Amino acid sequence: MDLLIFQAPILMVQASLDGILLGILFALIAYGMALQWGVMNIINIAQGDLVILGGYIAYTMYLAGIHPAWGVIVSPIIMYFVGWALYKLVINKVVDRDLFISILATFGIAIVFQQLMNFVFGADVVVAQSEYGTTMLFDNSVTLPNSKIFAAFISVIYAIGLVIYMRRSRLGRAIRATAQNARAAKILGVDTEKVYAATFGINAALCGVAGALISITLTLHPYVGLPYTVRSFMIVIVAGLGNLPAVALSGMGLGLFEEFADYILGTEFRIGAVFMLLVFILVYRRFKLSKKREYLK
Amino acid sequence: MKQKDLILYSGLIILGLAAPFLFSAFKVQLTYLCVLIVLAMTWNLQGGEMGYNSFGNILFYGLGMYLTASVQVGMFFPLAEWTESGGEKTFVHTTAQYFQGIGVGLLVAAIVPTIVAGAIGYAILGLRGHYFAICTLGLGIAAGEIAGGIEIIGAGQGFTTPPFPAEIVDPEARGQFFYFLSFLVLVLAFMFVKYIYGSRFRLILNAIRDNEDKAEAMGIQTMKYKIVGWMCSAFFCGLAGGIMGGLIGYIDSTDVAFDGREMGVFMVLMAILGGKGTLWGPVIGATLFHFFKEGLWTFILGWQYVALGVLIVVIVVYFPEGLMGWLREKYPDRFGEVIDEKDRKAQVEIK
Repeated sequence: MDLLIFQAPILMVQASLDGILLGILFALIAYGMALQWGVMNIINIAQGDLVILGGYIAYTMYLAGIHPAWGVIVSPIIMYFVGWALYKLVINKVVDRDLFISILATFGIAIVFQQLMNFVFGADVVVAQSEYGTTMLFDNSVTLPNSKIFAAFISVIYAIGLVIYMRRSRLGRAIRATAQNARAAKILGVDTEKVYAATFGINAALCGVAGALISITLTLHPYVGLPYTVRSFMIVIVAGLGNLPAVALSGMGLGLFEEFADYILGTEFRIGAVFMLLVFILVYRRFKLSKKREYLK
Repeated sequence: MKQKDLILYSGLIILGLAAPFLFSAFKVQLTYLCVLIVLAMTWNLQGGEMGYNSFGNILFYGLGMYLTASVQVGMFFPLAEWTESGGEKTFVHTTAQYFQGIGVGLLVAAIVPTIVAGAIGYAILGLRGHYFAICTLGLGIAAGEIAGGIEIIGAGQGFTTPPFPAEIVDPEARGQFFYFLSFLVLVLAFMFVKYIYGSRFRLILNAIRDNEDKAEAMGIQTMKYKIVGWMCSAFFCGLAGGIMGGLIGYIDSTDVAFDGREMGVFMVLMAILGGKGTLWGPVIGATLFHFFKEGLWTFILGWQYVALGVLIVVIVVYFPEGLMGWLREKYPDRFGEVIDEKDRKAQVEIK
């Protein structure tokens, strides 16, 4: 156990800043998950793999000589169609079924995605260099990569843009109507099938943005999708569906937790800590609700 | 009916006992098959009968694997030095030591996961539906990640289980030993599950699956039975894991022991393929799955995971009732179901 963080308190500032900036990125993925969960009642295990795929799109652009930051515009456009196709192929058959069916089906999709990415992009850990440099704070003792600030900034812009879009546009209104009551919306002339496809597409597009940002701030690897799924799932169950400020806050909380776990427990336990946190949160909620003789549903 | 059953079971047991001699080149595959059937059958106990779809039985499987190997080594040699040497055979088990070790190891591998299931059961089984599924998924993966960071059991570099004693020169002996061990566990598991299928316990589990609140209102202490059901699964998962650890000879934290991406999904998939909530469903499902997997894997080398993913999607989306469910729909009288003609016509009209 490395307790350097208590000997050098300046590291706490470092961990906090890293955690908060990372957390905003997680919140963006979680927002997509909350959207599809709320509208279609689907838990998408392949969420993280969509993120990684989005990241690889940006990475491909980087290889082709285009600055990877443009990925935040290109990647969501491609990912929207990937999500749309995925909906038409598989997801539309599991929408009104048992949630477990959707979990297993998307698990299968996740395996296919991982393996295809492994074929196309190889099993190496890759990163797209943004060459944005770093900002030094507090007498050079805290280093902050500018790419992380850029990522958090872009995430906030996309989140706000999406909220406005959901409030103002016709499709946004249709999506919200379907989320409230799919049957009633259908009766009132909303093409719910189209709404579902668009929702899944928008979710995939958000994953694309997040992936492009991850490709310049963190690293990409075909098999690291599942932790992103679990992170977004965790954020959604803590924040609830459709509560955006809470999603942002719990995203930052998760980012903080991870960075501190990284320093205190060691990097090898970082992913393990994330998964254990999920178990603890669920069990905590379960005990709290069981006092009222209720359960999570 | 009774006599027919007797013929069927004795025929299967004779086939099982003769199999390693008939197909002596496929002993390892047959051992895998036995283990897969055990896993599918015990997953079905709480996934199919109790309605608690767990992705986390891999936790007990991996735990059993590590425990058997650790006990087998730790009984005679210092464990830390063994794993540090990373498979360099600095210590050699004698024949007696090897079998004593694996015997005690399997005993521990059966008991400890059962206790673990009982201990965490109260907290975890209070979750329902997909929360339970996700929570157990998290538990299985967390266990793999944590085991990958613990030095004494080999951390990231893995754990080499003791090699089969060199004093036994017969090259067939190793395969036969592991086959009969797994076959024994399979027979025990089948007898146990069959016993449960004829008992009140199964009805209670079904009541929990169909409507837990009503079951509780009828005076069933649902939590108690849920925990016992999970402990039954954990017992056999631990044993299966222990055997697989010895058979494979090498334990890696995320790729062999807590392999949620393969074994953890396989057991769910096999039970669903055969038909959840039936006695024979998981057995047939596991057999079919294993044949399909082994038959196809070699032809599509490299693409096997893509095929697996597609297979999962196809099975789950198009055959959620499984083979037995499909047969049941087709020939209901074979399953002892009486269907009212009027009722069926009315249902067809509704459709």
